[in-house]
Amino acid sequence: MSTKTILVQADLLATNKQAAAAIRQGLRGRGILAVNLLSSPGSGKTTLLEALVDRLKGRHRMAVIEGDIETERDAERIRAKGIPAWQITTGGACHLEARMIGKVLGDVPADVDFLFIENVGNLVCPASFDLGEELRCVLLSSPEGDDKPAKYPQAFLSADCLILTKTDLVPYLPFDPAKAAAEALSIKSGLRVFTVSALRGDGMDELAAFFIEALGRLRSAGA
Amino acid sequence: MHELSLVASLFDTLEEAAREHRARKITRVRLKVGKLSGVVPDLLESAFDTYKKGTLAESARIEIVLVPMKIRCPDCGGTDVREETDFSCAACGSRRVEIVEGREIVVERIELETDDPEPGPAGPAST
Repeated sequence: MSTKTILVQADLLATNKQAAAAIRQGLRGRGILAVNLLSSPGSGKTTLLEALVDRLKGRHRMAVIEGDIETERDAERIRAKGIPAWQITTGGACHLEARMIGKVLGDVPADVDFLFIENVGNLVCPASFDLGEELRCVLLSSPEGDDKPAKYPQAFLSADCLILTKTDLVPYLPFDPAKAAAEALSIKSGLRVFTVSALRGDGMDELAAFFIEALGRLRSAGA
Repeated sequence: MHELSLVASLFDTLEEAAREHRARKITRVRLKVGKLSGVVPDLLESAFDTYKKGTLAESARIEIVLVPMKIRCPDCGGTDVREETDFSCAACGSRRVEIVEGREIVVERIELETDDPEPGPAGPAST
């Protein structure tokens, strides 16, 4: 019997990265823009999606994948708006992984323009898992506080876009949107920042226009 | 607590290595974990200790080497190790820095006991 040391250099996220790369390639081929929404629980991801439906409906087709630990509640809210939605209940897992998305993808209609993926509410773990999305958006709501970017840098570092939500509450809270944006930008310099109130509709047109532009870029790159 | 799903993936790697080298036992596993990887080393260690029961790695020790954040600056070309809260170039102050190390979660080496007669560096197992 002998003892052996073997050098491996195996990336523990490799399996997820490969699955994500295959999803990204497939979605690009179908001309679908996938957006991964990441945030703490209760920062307004589902409400943002409901408001986006109102902006995109008629002109564009949307589909939504909802990730939660339990219940169909979020998918039901989206379906009530006339949008196809799939609920992934992780049964305890704190994040979505690419292969979970892969299982649902076959059911997504071919003529969809946007696939929004609402991750499990958690500002930590989902940051490590690529889902094959084209854009990753982190939401930060005003009640959470403007000091969160530096406390959860991985999420902001991995994002393409920051959406400050519930800004209708800003007059009542010690939340400075400019400070939150500056802190996030000090972590990730290229972040696109949007300030919205999904309930009141503030900033929603700009956000919808950003996604429509990104869809145009994706399709012209694939053409 | 996504450490458990990382440990599941670690055991896929361990099983593959054990098969390839006809190991009877895995005695030590060394991981490199970036400070920005989102992994909590203590949680990873306890997830490993829970998962290893009844496997070839039952008595294995896990070593976790923390990798600090290293940035490369596209503006001045410098590279630097930085505190993981400071995303700027030490030399020129640029914030457009690129993170080159500190996000990895990598199995670096595995120590195992094998009946394989040939010692020395790992090569493809001959049949």
